[in-house]
Amino acid sequence: MATTIPIGPYHPLQEEPEHYLLTVEGEEVLDVDVQIGYNHRGIEKLSEKKTYNQVPFLVERVCGICSHSHPYAYCLAVEDCGDLEVPEKAKYLRTLIGELERIHSHLLWAGLAGHFIGYDTVFMWAWKYREEVLDLLELLTGNRNAYAMMKPGGVQRDIPRKHLEEARPTLDMLKEKSEMLYNAVLDDPVMKARLEGIGILDEEDARAFGALGPTSRASGIPNDIRSDFPYGVYEDLDWKVITRDAGDVLARVEVRLLETLESIKMCEQIINRIPDGGSIDSEPKEIPPGDGIGSYEAPRGECFHYIKSDGTNRPVRHKIRAPTFMNFPTYRSTCIGETIADASIILASVDPCYCCTERAISLKEKDDVNLLELSQARTAEIKKELGLELSPLEEVLDE
Amino acid sequence: MVGRLVFDFFVFPGLFFTLGVGILASWLVRKVSALVQWRVGPPLLQPAYDIAKLFGKENIIPKGSSEWGFLIVPLLGPIGLLLASIILVKANYLATAFIGDVIVVLYLLVLPALAVVLGGMSSGNPLSSLGANRELRLIAAYELPLILAVTTAIVKTGGGLRLAIFSSQWVAASFSGAFAFIAALLCIQAELGFIPFDISEAETEIMGGPLIEYSGPLLGLFKISHLMALLVLPLFLITVFLGGFSTGWGALWGAIKYVLVLVVLILIKNTNPRLRSDQALKFFWYGAAPLGLIALVLAVVGNLIGIAWL
Repeated sequence: MATTIPIGPYHPLQEEPEHYLLTVEGEEVLDVDVQIGYNHRGIEKLSEKKTYNQVPFLVERVCGICSHSHPYAYCLAVEDCGDLEVPEKAKYLRTLIGELERIHSHLLWAGLAGHFIGYDTVFMWAWKYREEVLDLLELLTGNRNAYAMMKPGGVQRDIPRKHLEEARPTLDMLKEKSEMLYNAVLDDPVMKARLEGIGILDEEDARAFGALGPTSRASGIPNDIRSDFPYGVYEDLDWKVITRDAGDVLARVEVRLLETLESIKMCEQIINRIPDGGSIDSEPKEIPPGDGIGSYEAPRGECFHYIKSDGTNRPVRHKIRAPTFMNFPTYRSTCIGETIADASIILASVDPCYCCTERAISLKEKDDVNLLELSQARTAEIKKELGLELSPLEEVLDE
Repeated sequence: MVGRLVFDFFVFPGLFFTLGVGILASWLVRKVSALVQWRVGPPLLQPAYDIAKLFGKENIIPKGSSEWGFLIVPLLGPIGLLLASIILVKANYLATAFIGDVIVVLYLLVLPALAVVLGGMSSGNPLSSLGANRELRLIAAYELPLILAVTTAIVKTGGGLRLAIFSSQWVAASFSGAFAFIAALLCIQAELGFIPFDISEAETEIMGGPLIEYSGPLLGLFKISHLMALLVLPLFLITVFLGGFSTGWGALWGAIKYVLVLVVLILIKNTNPRLRSDQALKFFWYGAAPLGLIALVLAVVGNLIGIAWL
C-alpha cells in the first residue's frame, strides 16, 4: 500500500520552508514531488522599481548564503548590456570575496550533511571552521553575510593591503582543517557505508536534467562557468575543475570538499597578485537600451541573471534563475527506488537553496481546475471592478 | 514490612533514586556530547527542567489513534525499568537474589522498546508506524547477540542464574568475557537508542518516529523511561560483566565503572553517523552475534578443559 510522506513545509530536515512529497511503500520511495513557492517575495518585480545601482542591495537579499553570487551575476548582466569595463583591481576583489563565499557555503553544507545523517559532531566542527571564514569576511568587507561589495562597473570599497595580509593565517588554518575534514569523511567506514552508492545520478541523466554545479561535476561533467565562460580573474589563476565519475552522494561530498581546497588555493594567489593601487570603479553613467546576460558560478552551480534595458536608469525586466531550480528535477533519477532513510541525505546532497529558488510559485492543474487561469480571471474581475484597462489575455478570460 | 516495600519502590533503589541518577546521567550525556562538539552544554538540572516542563503541558490525543492504547503504553517503559532497577541494585548491594533474576531483568529491559513500538502503532500517523517498524526490526537485531553475551556470562560463572553471582566477579577479565562484553556494549548502545542506532527516532528522516504524536505528560513518560534506561542498562552491563558494586568504597568503585561505561557509549554516539535499519540488522546478525557465539564457545571450552582465562 503506497502512502504519502510529506517532508515539509516545516520539517527538522531543513531550515527553510520546503515541501517534498514522497510516495512510499514500506521504506521504499516510489515517487517524489517538489512543491515550491513558500518563500515568494516578488524580487524580480521589485527590481524593476529600483535604479541600476540600487538593485545589488536588493538581489543580495535573495539568499543569505549566496549573497555575493546574485549581485555578481546581476552586475555581469548589466556590464554585458552596457559593454562596461571593469578595472583590474575590482575584478580581483570580486573574485576574492566570491571564493571566500564558496568556502563558507561548502563548509556549511558539509556540516548540514553530517547533521542529516545524524553525525552532529561533523556539523558542529564544520560550522566552527566556517565561523573563521565569516570573521574573515567581516574583516575584509565589514559584514559577515551580505557583503555589499558589488556595483555595476566595479566594487563599492577597497580592501587595504594590511587586511589582506591578515587573511593568510586564517587561510592556512582552513586548509589544514578542510584536509582533516576530507580525510575524516573518506576514512570513516560507517560514513562510507551510509554515502557510497546511494542516490546515483549518471552522466546521461545529469545532462538530460540540466544539472549544475557540484551536482553535475560529481557525475563526471566538467561543467563550471569559471572555466567555460571565465569572468573575474579566473583565467589568470592556477586552479582546476574538480570532477568525480561515481555520481553518488559520496562523490558530491568529495567534490565539495576538494573545491573548498581549490578555493583556498585561489584566495592565496589572489592575495599575492592583487594590485596595490589603481581604480576600483569605472563609474558608468548610463546603460544603453538592449539586454544582457550574467552567468556566475555560485557555490551550488550556475546563477543566471538577465537584464533588459530601455535606456532609462531602471531595468525594465530582470530575470533570475538560481542553480537549485535546475537541480531539483534530478530527484526523479536519484530518489526513486531508495529508502526513506537515504532519501533525506539525497535530497540534501544537491545543496538545495530554497530562498534562491522559491521566488516563484508554480501553479499546476489539479482536479481539472487551472489555477493559473483562475488567478488571471480573478485579476481581470478586480480590474473591471476598479474600472482599469484589461490586457488582451484578460479580456479573453473574462468572457 | 509495608514501609520497607514503599521505601524500596519509591525512594531507594526505586523511583527517586533511578530518576535522580537518570537525570544526572542525561546531563552527562549532553555535557560530554557538547564538549566533543566544541559547545558549552546545558546546566546540571536541565534534564529535570525539561521533564517538569513537559508535565505542565497539555496532552493531545490525535484523531484516528487507538485512544486507550495511546494513553496506557507510555507507562510500560518506566514500570519495567523501575522493577529492573530495584532487582539490579538489590542484587548488587544486598546480594538478595532469586534464581532466574537475570532472565527477569532481560525480559523487563525489552519493555521500553515494546512501549515505543506499541505507542507508534497506536498513534495513527504514517511516520510513527514507520518508526515502530524500524524499532521492531532493531529489537530483532540486538536481542540475539545480547542474549548470547549474557549466556556466555552465565556459563562463565558456573551456570547460576543469579545476578548476585555475576556481581562478585569480573566476567570480562577473560577472552570469552571480553568478547561478550563488547557484543553486549553494542547491544546496549542500540537499546538506549543512541547513534548509530537511533534509527527509530531519526529526527532528520522521520521526525522522531513513534513519538511524533505524543505531547505533554505522555511524552514526559517516554522521556522518563529514557532517563531510567540511562541508569539501568549500563548498570546491567557492569553487574554482569564488570563485577558490579557493593557497599562502602565498593559503591564508589561501582559508580566510577558506571560513568566509564556511560562515557564510552557517549563517545560512540558522537563519532558515528546513523546507520540504515538494514545495515544495523546486518551489523548485529553478521557482526555482533558471531562475536557473542565465539565468546560462548570459548567459555564452554574453557569450562570443559578448566582454563579460567579463556
